[in-house]
Amino acid sequence: MARVEERIDESALGRPRGDLARLPWVSFAIIAVLVLVAVLAPLIAPHSPTEQSLPDKLLPPAWEAGGSARHLLGTDVLGRDVLSRLIYGARVSLIVAAVALLAGGGIGLIVGIVSGYLGGRTDSFLMRSVDATLTFPTILIALLLAVSLGPGLRTIAIAITVLIWARFARVVRGEVLAVKTRDFVALARVHGCSHLRIMAVHIVPNVLNTFMVLLTLHIGFVIIVEASLSFLGAGIPPPTPSWGQMVSDGRSHIASAWWLSVVPGAAIMLVVLAFNLFGDWLRDWLDPRLRQV
Amino acid sequence: MLEERAIGAEPLIRVENLAKHFPVTRGVLIGRTTGHVKAVDGVSFTIGRQETLGLVGESGCGKTTTSRLLLRLEQPTAGRVLLDGRDIHALRGADLVRYHTRVQAVFQDPWSSLNPRLRVRETIAEALVVNRRVTRAGKLERVEEVLHQVGLPLSAAARYPHEFSGGQRQRIALASALAAKPELIVLDEPVSALDVSIRAQIMNLLKDLQARQQLSFLLVAHNLATVRYIAQRTAVMYLGRIVEHADTETLYRSPLHPYTKALFAAALPADPDAPRDDMILSGEVPSPIDPPSGCHFHPRCPFAMEQCARVAPELKAVASGHVVSCHLY
Amino acid sequence: MDSAAGVVLEVRDLRAYLYTRWGVVRAVDGVSFVLREGETLGLVGESGCGKTMTGLSLVRLLPEPAGRIVDGQVLLEGEDLLAKSESEMRAVRGRRVSMILQDPQTSLNPVFTIGDQILEALGQHHVDGERSLAARAQEALRRVKVGAPEQRMRAYPHQMSGGMKQRVVGAIAVAGEPRVLIADEPTTALDVTIQLQYLALLKEIQARTRLAMLFITHDFGIVARMCDRVAVMYAGRIVETGPTRALFRAPRHPYTEALMASVPRLEGHVARLPSIEGQPPPLHDLPPGCRFADRCAYVADRCRREYPPTMPVGLAHEAACWRNEPSAPSR
Repeated sequence: MARVEERIDESALGRPRGDLARLPWVSFAIIAVLVLVAVLAPLIAPHSPTEQSLPDKLLPPAWEAGGSARHLLGTDVLGRDVLSRLIYGARVSLIVAAVALLAGGGIGLIVGIVSGYLGGRTDSFLMRSVDATLTFPTILIALLLAVSLGPGLRTIAIAITVLIWARFARVVRGEVLAVKTRDFVALARVHGCSHLRIMAVHIVPNVLNTFMVLLTLHIGFVIIVEASLSFLGAGIPPPTPSWGQMVSDGRSHIASAWWLSVVPGAAIMLVVLAFNLFGDWLRDWLDPRLRQV
Repeated sequence: MLEERAIGAEPLIRVENLAKHFPVTRGVLIGRTTGHVKAVDGVSFTIGRQETLGLVGESGCGKTTTSRLLLRLEQPTAGRVLLDGRDIHALRGADLVRYHTRVQAVFQDPWSSLNPRLRVRETIAEALVVNRRVTRAGKLERVEEVLHQVGLPLSAAARYPHEFSGGQRQRIALASALAAKPELIVLDEPVSALDVSIRAQIMNLLKDLQARQQLSFLLVAHNLATVRYIAQRTAVMYLGRIVEHADTETLYRSPLHPYTKALFAAALPADPDAPRDDMILSGEVPSPIDPPSGCHFHPRCPFAMEQCARVAPELKAVASGHVVSCHLY
Repeated sequence: MDSAAGVVLEVRDLRAYLYTRWGVVRAVDGVSFVLREGETLGLVGESGCGKTMTGLSLVRLLPEPAGRIVDGQVLLEGEDLLAKSESEMRAVRGRRVSMILQDPQTSLNPVFTIGDQILEALGQHHVDGERSLAARAQEALRRVKVGAPEQRMRAYPHQMSGGMKQRVVGAIAVAGEPRVLIADEPTTALDVTIQLQYLALLKEIQARTRLAMLFITHDFGIVARMCDRVAVMYAGRIVETGPTRALFRAPRHPYTEALMASVPRLEGHVARLPSIEGQPPPLHDLPPGCRFADRCAYVADRCRREYPPTMPVGLAHEAACWRNEPSAPSR
């Protein structure tokens, strides 16, 4: 297959057809809706997410018997509108995901590149740190952090950053080791490039594809961790709505008011699935070997 | 040790007793050095201005390591590489910057030697940008000059490597080596990854460039016919040592060392009626970790004598400019 | 073709295409040749000319899912391999048609011993007692001149040199006593002195077993040494076929002629090599006429309009070029 591939290089063929056709439109739509909803939350939400109205408590969704068109997805124990809380919860999920991925991904990228490029003792030290981080039980560490720092958005972001940087560092390092053996890196040294320039110009751009795919594939993971922490009470403190916390709150009413847990649970599932499918597509799209056929 | 071509004139490159030994380590956590791969083991040669020295041998003979030592990609274990009389591994500061403009390289695999994320003009101009103060206009002007010299359209500058075929990529790699106006280009198997019909194009280009720009080449290759076509002098390496070194014409007309003879016998001429001087060597190249005693070639040599296993032969001049390391001479 | 005597393999108008997102890559586009008992046919061409795909098509091992054989016949001793079921093909591969590929590294499984791999090759093809199988495996190693076969049987591929591994690949390939051996650049990864040993070994095996060999290569030196006849491929088609000596003496297709002229010689100094400018046409967008027209020194109008038929130019020597047409004005 190798030689066949070599021949079908893009030089002669131009851009392949059908790339857009293979874009996972459903995933893409879900992600777009999520982002729009999060950004425009105050404009879209029919109610305030924190406004309580005890007379309206535990209203079922509109299509159920006893449901009302005022509360499309029903209300919770305190009479707060579930749809509005879901909409505002999307903000929390996205902000946490963005902050944690930027910080954790960034640290992981830098550590991975330095470790892979320099090698030797630096590499051994950094990779042992990565191993150590990866052996910690995820949720336990986050809980400990939450306890010591106090719950909140900041805590969650720090906890998740600590959790994910090592995964990024390890994958990026592997990629750097592969890129480092390519001849253009040796030629850069022949040209007299500094180590910093080699890393910035020759290594980073060539591991960026992998990094981007890793980022998208981790969005789902981060959202789940945030939900788990909130579910366990170590996340966003009430009354700020968060999906994980909503699932947790609804737990005790699961028999009588199923929508309290199922609706945010379904939202988490849908969004995580969408990001993962999108990540898979991105990986295939960026990998010229998989783009062949 | 080797005869000087023009008396008094210092060659561009003088390599003196160059050696590179790689430690072999065992153990996962605490590495223990258990031996050394003597990749290059006491090699000397010179390269004059506007001259091509061909370095031939089979894989593991040390020819590529030698070229990497000249490029400062490896530090020598012993010996020196002198560029205009100065040790390149001792250069610092401005001298080192100047070295990086004077010595360039083209490698075998054009799919690996161009950064896929850089536009062709950035790849070509790198040695300029890094080592000299150039304006943007000056840079682009030089890029266009070298693109023209290697026979590529100026429109290539703004494109990415994946838009080019193997032969075109090798031209880009050559343009990149030329940009800083070097004096020596190390060519490590420059055509062996290319198709037969493309090889002649690139070899002709190399010859033209040398004639026009007073370039010196160190040509590392395993294909004897390629070396014959490009190189004025040829050195044959076996297990880290040069076993024979002469003018290309002399060497190809009358190879002396039994290993050189075997290499020639193994090179298959593209002619069904060529005389078959079948000197099929038995065995394979021994490990450079523990090379044979005496002459490294003696276990495979059909002419081995008793002393070959004991005494390593010196390089001896058998004729003007023709040296060979063998007890037969 | 002269007589049908001794024909082991006959390929008729074989077409194998790759269906990619860029379009249909016509890698093998109407290839015909015969292979006789005990002879070596060299299939020569540059990368991407379809020579490897031709070899893979013969045993129906095209890359999945893009590759498909769309037309033609592959007659092995009269039976059409393209009409066989996949399970029938498994009985053909290794047993009647074997392959040696370029890279011994990827041909051997790194987690099994050499002995296991030879035994597997033998076991699949003959039902035999355990003991006699082991003896035959050692015999197979001895035949490819691997020293100390008893010990080598227990070795893993990484413990052997490239040349030794390729010998083992050869042992596996000939273990089933095939009628046809397809050797696809088997010595490209080997050093020259090891290459010569290996080529001599293949010749020896052939002399003993009378197997027919299809030798795929880009190296005219190997062709001159190994092959009785040569077929030159360009852009998916065979452009010239002939006895090795005749083809080297007087190539009748401009591509063969130009390609041979552009190879540097060992003997005698050449001031300047003639080179073929340009590139072969992309296989998914082929011109209607001769595919070499754009790079040909003798190109005429007709070449760009019509693909030339294969015409006889000598004894068992044929070429697909309008210049060989009997009535053509000499140029």
